[in-house]
Amino acid sequence: MTTSAMPRTTQRRAFQVAFRVGTVLGLLFVIGPAAWLVLSVVIKAAAHFKWSVLTTNTVGTSGGLENAIIGTLVLMLGVLIVAGGIGILAGLHLAEFARPKRSGKAGFGVLRTASDVLSGFPSIVLGYVGYVALVVGLGWGFSLLPAVMILSIMVIPYIAKSTETALRQVPTSYREGAEALGMSGGYALRKVILKTALPGIVTGLLIALAISGGETAPLIYTAGAQASSTVQFSLIHHAVPYLTYLVFTDFNQPQASAHYLANDAALVLVAMVLFLLVAARLIVRRSQRFGEGRR
Amino acid sequence: MAVLLPFAALVFVLTILVIKGWPAVKVNGPRFLTKSTWSTGSAYATIVTTHGVRHPSGIDYGAWSLIAGTLMSSALAVLFALPVSIGAAFALTEWVPQWLSRALGFFVEILAGIPSVVFGIWGFLVLGPFLANHVYPHIASVMPNVPILNLFRSPTGHGEGLLTTGLILALMIVPIICSTTRDLFLQVPALPKEGGEALGMTDWEVARKVTLPWVRSGIIGATVLGLGRALGETIMVAMVGGSLLGALPQNIYGPFGTIAATIVNQLDAAGIDGTGFTTDTLAELALVLAVISVAVNLVARLIINRSSQVGAPVGRPA
Repeated sequence: MTTSAMPRTTQRRAFQVAFRVGTVLGLLFVIGPAAWLVLSVVIKAAAHFKWSVLTTNTVGTSGGLENAIIGTLVLMLGVLIVAGGIGILAGLHLAEFARPKRSGKAGFGVLRTASDVLSGFPSIVLGYVGYVALVVGLGWGFSLLPAVMILSIMVIPYIAKSTETALRQVPTSYREGAEALGMSGGYALRKVILKTALPGIVTGLLIALAISGGETAPLIYTAGAQASSTVQFSLIHHAVPYLTYLVFTDFNQPQASAHYLANDAALVLVAMVLFLLVAARLIVRRSQRFGEGRR
Repeated sequence: MAVLLPFAALVFVLTILVIKGWPAVKVNGPRFLTKSTWSTGSAYATIVTTHGVRHPSGIDYGAWSLIAGTLMSSALAVLFALPVSIGAAFALTEWVPQWLSRALGFFVEILAGIPSVVFGIWGFLVLGPFLANHVYPHIASVMPNVPILNLFRSPTGHGEGLLTTGLILALMIVPIICSTTRDLFLQVPALPKEGGEALGMTDWEVARKVTLPWVRSGIIGATVLGLGRALGETIMVAMVGGSLLGALPQNIYGPFGTIAATIVNQLDAAGIDGTGFTTDTLAELALVLAVISVAVNLVARLIINRSSQVGAPVGRPA
């Protein structure tokens, strides 16, 4: 028995060791390149970084990032207003009013599927449609309005989904408590349910903002491709500058100033995403600490 | 009202694509999907009319190399990302200490949020040159001259091409697959795993016979979602892929093109064509990409839906 069992044991041990090594390798292959990426973005920009970059406008392939930073913030603000409003309302509807119908199947099958499909839709295709239909078709030109509309179409499914999830996680006892106190449906929604779900909703919004601030493909043909333009108080007919375009257009230009701009813009983008994600994480942690009665 | 918007937007987008792309569909014909040519004709050429559509003479459009490029780079991405993600998810849930696991989990979340231009500039300036100088030549020198493997032989290029793009795409979809897989692993109840261990199974055997089958369809769903993301990725591919038009890549290292990258690269120049036919052809291209990605997405949702209905413990609660 021992003679025939020995190789089998060795084999099992070999698989076990290979498995352990494999999982550690997997972890290294995720963390290693990611750390390499973040570090090299920081190092490449830090080598020549001047704070004045943040307060100078772009001129061609040199200058600073001020107009692009403001443009990116304006685009994000637009997304916050348009997509935030519509997305939260849609999520509210899905969670509170579109109750599952008979046989346990989720209600609003078509709408939910459309939302899912849209969230996986290639952003360049949305950008193309924005260009053809809004920029050229309606004659708006490269400007804020088509850019915000296309970005919003992109992130509304995401915001709707996170809002719906946050609302569904509100404990049933809260709803029952509110009902027992004689609150009307609308009042309970405002004072109890939305309040409890707020951290989850805000987290979803912050991540949606990070997504839209980091997008390039849907913006090039809607917000425009003019690095030196400045932000105007105008919804249409004025191209909007934004950070990702600087990276995209300057990364392979011959001038050193262009490389500096591209690297600096990449650093600012990473810092922005980091800020939003950390903020989202802190909100979640805070709500977990203070929200008694939740998991 | 608000809930109708995604549906309305989807109908709007597809309608615009069909209306805009229809003239191109008529002129380019069915061979558009099987040819690998891309000739815009001459901007000064005489304008001719085919099937009632005006277009410059000498045009010859075929999308096969772009369709193949899109599928190949995405397939490479999934090929690299899936085993790495599953391995990392096992490490994160099974034996990395919890504080570290949490920190690394957040790191993966950040990775998901990094804009694709940043992946692009890193791939162009750092990873691509590194691979082309220190990795690809070594792979190329040991590959025998037999079918399939000879695709890995030199020339290894400058780092802009299919393999580099596939690797970076993998890094971009790892967060999607890895974080879902990790969440799924955490939902596998302890009892069956402990039962396996009590029977004397090794970690590997518990993983293979208990944990993985338990969450299999969830992982497949997440993988297909990652695939969808890779298919539609635009800017990073435009920066690192080498933007080849009208031909398949020479080998695994060679420059290539995808549908998405071609649209972003060509739409500006398409304005030169006064008849607008090039822009229409890009609409047809966009339509092809939209169909592929919608199909992939629906398959993913189907798998995830089924997995969360039939096998009760599998998949995430809606």
